[in-house]
Amino acid sequence: MSKVTIKELNLFYGKFQALHNINLPILKNEITAFIGPSGCGKSTLIKSLNRMNDLVEGCTISGEVKMDDENIYAKECNINLLRKRVGMVFQQPNPFPMSIYDNIAYGPRTHGIKNKQIVDELVEKSLRKAAIWEEVKDDLKKNALSLSGGQQQRICIARALAVDPEVLLMDEPTSALDPISTAKIEELVIGLKKDYTLVIVTHNMQQASRISDKTAFFLNGKIIEYDETRKIFTNPKKQETEDYISGRFG
Amino acid sequence: MSRNYIKGLVYFSALITFGSLFFIISFILIKGLPHLTPALFSFHYTTTNVSLLPALLTTFMVVGLTLIIATPIGVFTGFYLIEYAEKNNKGVELIRIATDTLAAIPSIVYGLFGMLFFVTFLRFQYSLLAGVLTAVIMVLPLIIRATEESLLSVKDSLRQASFSLGAGKLRTIFKIVLPVAMPGILSGVILASGRVVGETAALMYTMGTSTNLPDSLFSSGRTLALHMYVLSSEGQHVNESYATGVVLILTVLIINALSTYLSSRLTKETTK
Ligand SMILES: Nc1ncnc2c1ncn2[C@@H]1O[C@H](COP(=O)(O)OP(=O)(O)OP(=O)(O)O)[C@@H](O)[C@H]1O
Ligand SMILES: [Mg+2]
Repeated sequence: MSKVTIKELNLFYGKFQALHNINLPILKNEITAFIGPSGCGKSTLIKSLNRMNDLVEGCTISGEVKMDDENIYAKECNINLLRKRVGMVFQQPNPFPMSIYDNIAYGPRTHGIKNKQIVDELVEKSLRKAAIWEEVKDDLKKNALSLSGGQQQRICIARALAVDPEVLLMDEPTSALDPISTAKIEELVIGLKKDYTLVIVTHNMQQASRISDKTAFFLNGKIIEYDETRKIFTNPKKQETEDYISGRFG
Repeated sequence: MSRNYIKGLVYFSALITFGSLFFIISFILIKGLPHLTPALFSFHYTTTNVSLLPALLTTFMVVGLTLIIATPIGVFTGFYLIEYAEKNNKGVELIRIATDTLAAIPSIVYGLFGMLFFVTFLRFQYSLLAGVLTAVIMVLPLIIRATEESLLSVKDSLRQASFSLGAGKLRTIFKIVLPVAMPGILSGVILASGRVVGETAALMYTMGTSTNLPDSLFSSGRTLALHMYVLSSEGQHVNESYATGVVLILTVLIINALSTYLSSRLTKETTK
């Protein structure tokens, strides 16, 4: 079942067209990977799913992005509520310069949860889901910036999960991390599939093939091919896809 | 060889800087301390006791009132410029040019403007109000600049993280940006108060030099720096003038120490 459906999406940064007529389903409880060479529009598309592009001056969008049959670009759509439903993890871990606890509690508090006990529970639950509870449970008051990069990224995942999103967007979440931290996060992401719908941008072909169910291959702002990950990597239909995954360009 | 040369130059420059500071302070202390008598702190000024207490209290009043007016305006302007205004906005460019220009104007020009506008045109007379408003215009660029710079130093990725969690602009600014930017803003505000404490020219033409403690916004008064200037220029009370200098230096030192302490404490809290 399709959780998010992108229809005829065109996106411009000023006069420059960064996305051309994108049509793509994002299936529920699956991991969809976006791959493609640098500058082909992967980040741009992932950011249009939670309307982070609205923050970019001069960015205009036409077409539709439907989430459960609701057009997120409709006038009546509440952006803050949308972003609560569609969480995001960034390339560089970006915890707030405050305690681990406050980092996780920030989202729930933003959405009006004030009760200490409920917040406590949410913090623990989110940290557990992000597989970092055991490492930090004894010093939740510690500043999140004192953690290692890999731990910080898992804090950021926990922070995104704390507002109870339905979709989680991850833009190259492991590209700044060492292999061990990367492996931890990959394992964790696979585990999240049963509760969430995930989209992950990655430059790492092995990563895409290890963890994703569907893969979309981008080139110059267009989706060249979209299919089961297995098919994309073993039997791609398009020449460009094959060239890219076999490392001939990009 | 040339490395030693440069090293020597560096030490020499440091010595000059530190040496002159040391020299000035000890000169004033030596000249002033012996004359720092209790009479100088009498509540009422007379020509015999030349008390500095009214001037000291007036200084606090002027600094306090100036900051109460200038801080919100300056901080909000800084926030507008960085967080709200569009980047290529012509109005923003204009505000920037205005603040940069204002910051470079000698304070005597502010004094003359204050006299023509507040004292004469608005008929405030030589008054606390005219002095404070002139000082406000004078320190606004400092506060705006400090706010802008500390907001720019807050990484955009933090704002993005906050927005991506569904927080609105106001919440993002107050909960995420402000705490990080606070030490910088605060040191700008303290810099501004230092500027007011040391100001003479701009205040002489707007507050007058009455020796009494102002009892309303519309009465004249003199700050410590102004008091010291008048004492020494009259030539009758040079010793007391040095003693006043001692108190002035102490005030500035205390303000500086306070700012260092506050900003290091705030920085520690946010990045610990
Ligand atoms: N804020 C912006 N303003 C103008 N052009 C932009 C902006 N952001 C991205 N672009 C352009 O849009 C195109 C797509 O960029 P995007 O960041 O989506 O690529 P990407 O596939 O994520 O690349 P990478 O793998 O390097 O992250 C690029 O040509 C880029 O230069
Ligand atoms: Mg990208």
